[in-house]
Amino acid sequence: MFDVMKIRQDFPMFKNNPGLIYFDSAATAFKPQPVIDAVTDFYTRHTVNTHVGDYDLSHYVSGLFEETRETLRRFLNARDAHEIVFTNGATSALNLAAYGWGAKHLKEGDVILLTEAEHASNVLPWFKVTEMTGAKVEYIPLENDGTLTVENFRKAMHEKVKLVSVASVTNVLGYVVPVKEIAKIAHEYGAVVVVDGAQSVPHVKIDVQDLDCDFLAFSAHKMCAPGGSGVLYGKKELLEDTDPLMVGGGSNARFDLCGNLKLKDVPWKFEAGTPNSEGVLGMKAAAEYLMDIGMEEIEEYTKELNAYFVEKMQQLDNVILYNPKATAGIVTFNVKGIFAQDTASYLNTQHIAVRSGNHCAKLLLNVIGTSETVRASLYFYNTKEEIDQFVEVIKGTTIEKCIGVIL
Amino acid sequence: MDAELKRAILLDHYDKPHNHGLYEDIRYKGLNTASDSCIDDLTVQCLFEGDIVKDVRFDGVGCTISTASTSIISDLIKGKKKEEALHIIEEYYKMIREEDYDEDLLEEANAFDTLSKQANRIKCGLIGVKAMEKLIRESLDEH
Repeated sequence: MFDVMKIRQDFPMFKNNPGLIYFDSAATAFKPQPVIDAVTDFYTRHTVNTHVGDYDLSHYVSGLFEETRETLRRFLNARDAHEIVFTNGATSALNLAAYGWGAKHLKEGDVILLTEAEHASNVLPWFKVTEMTGAKVEYIPLENDGTLTVENFRKAMHEKVKLVSVASVTNVLGYVVPVKEIAKIAHEYGAVVVVDGAQSVPHVKIDVQDLDCDFLAFSAHKMCAPGGSGVLYGKKELLEDTDPLMVGGGSNARFDLCGNLKLKDVPWKFEAGTPNSEGVLGMKAAAEYLMDIGMEEIEEYTKELNAYFVEKMQQLDNVILYNPKATAGIVTFNVKGIFAQDTASYLNTQHIAVRSGNHCAKLLLNVIGTSETVRASLYFYNTKEEIDQFVEVIKGTTIEKCIGVIL
Repeated sequence: MDAELKRAILLDHYDKPHNHGLYEDIRYKGLNTASDSCIDDLTVQCLFEGDIVKDVRFDGVGCTISTASTSIISDLIKGKKKEEALHIIEEYYKMIREEDYDEDLLEEANAFDTLSKQANRIKCGLIGVKAMEKLIRESLDEH
């Protein structure tokens, strides 16, 4: 039984910030006690490096570290725990896919297919790949409301497309993208499918085998794990054909004076240098925490909150809502006549945390017709009561009050 | 300055910013302020004649504070000698840094005398002004 009030007790941030309405979980999520405990356990009980192995403590930590891959494998329903590469977030995971696979395999004349709703981290690495390879980027046209349909994808797909990279939930509009259908069509053309899961993995049950995506990148800190933790999932055969972004200690099996280098196997060849062990152990605790609650339950509750939020916001005369059809907890809007940053700054004085801006999706303004919006993003620890309070404050938001912030 | 008066000044400069709209005139030096820490995207132009700041123009996307501050300071420095304009800007910075400053010189810009209390908005009050300062300093360097 999903009990949000009980869940909130797991998050010390609520106790330490009474009265705060935190609607910015799309930026980063609060951490529950088990995740905090996993990190402090590392610092207070077993602060040693992984994979050195000459003593018991290192053997123990290395075990936990590698078990995290198995936990994440279960979380994503991957086939093999070795398909889980630890990164420091979605950005580095997407860069690994772009430089490691894209730059290696794409060539002049090839096409990389993106959408205009992508986060900078799923656009800029591909721009760099085009510079390096002579491949070019094309965009799948979005509907007027910013949604991506299978029909539009099918029309945009052609023989020269060798790679498709899309967010399964977009970070500004929060729409769920039909990744499974996209992957099926893309594969008919032999294209590789990269999924940016930064806004989907925390909220939606993901099954990489069912989606049949080739790569999936996400930031674990948006799903209650410590900062600086994330994952690149990749199908084993593709990862084997992917170059590491970095080489160095821990990623090589052997090398010699002549410059011969033999890398370790997947996934260790991608993880040069001392890993963020506390982040990885915290990520294990986070995935276990989410699975204990149940991703289906989290998804269902988020949908319910999102629908409630949209309904309330639609009743306000002073609000322009940009994504009424979203379901993954992202509500993007403006108060009429008020610049997004002024609204967010006023909300701050009312103990409400939201984000204003173009949310790293600078291509999208052509689609929704405005460059700056306020984004309120929910997670499973938010409540309808918080939404009620939020809507009351928005109802009373005026330009005079916004200016009053600095008076 | 009284809060209601400040509010009225800021609203007025936000609703109807002065010196607003850019000129396609090659004599004007322009500077875009798009920065990484802020969503504002203002362009400021200055026209210099000898050591005088003959005209200032600006346009772009900005919040109330960046728009009003750019509007107010552009009024204050227009027609002034470059050194005087830089002096006004320096006094404005002092106010924002909560140091002693010349209130009389800042006129309507005194509406920002409590901006420093909102740390996350200080940059909004500086974005256009810094662009003006930069344009003036660059013009001084040219001579």
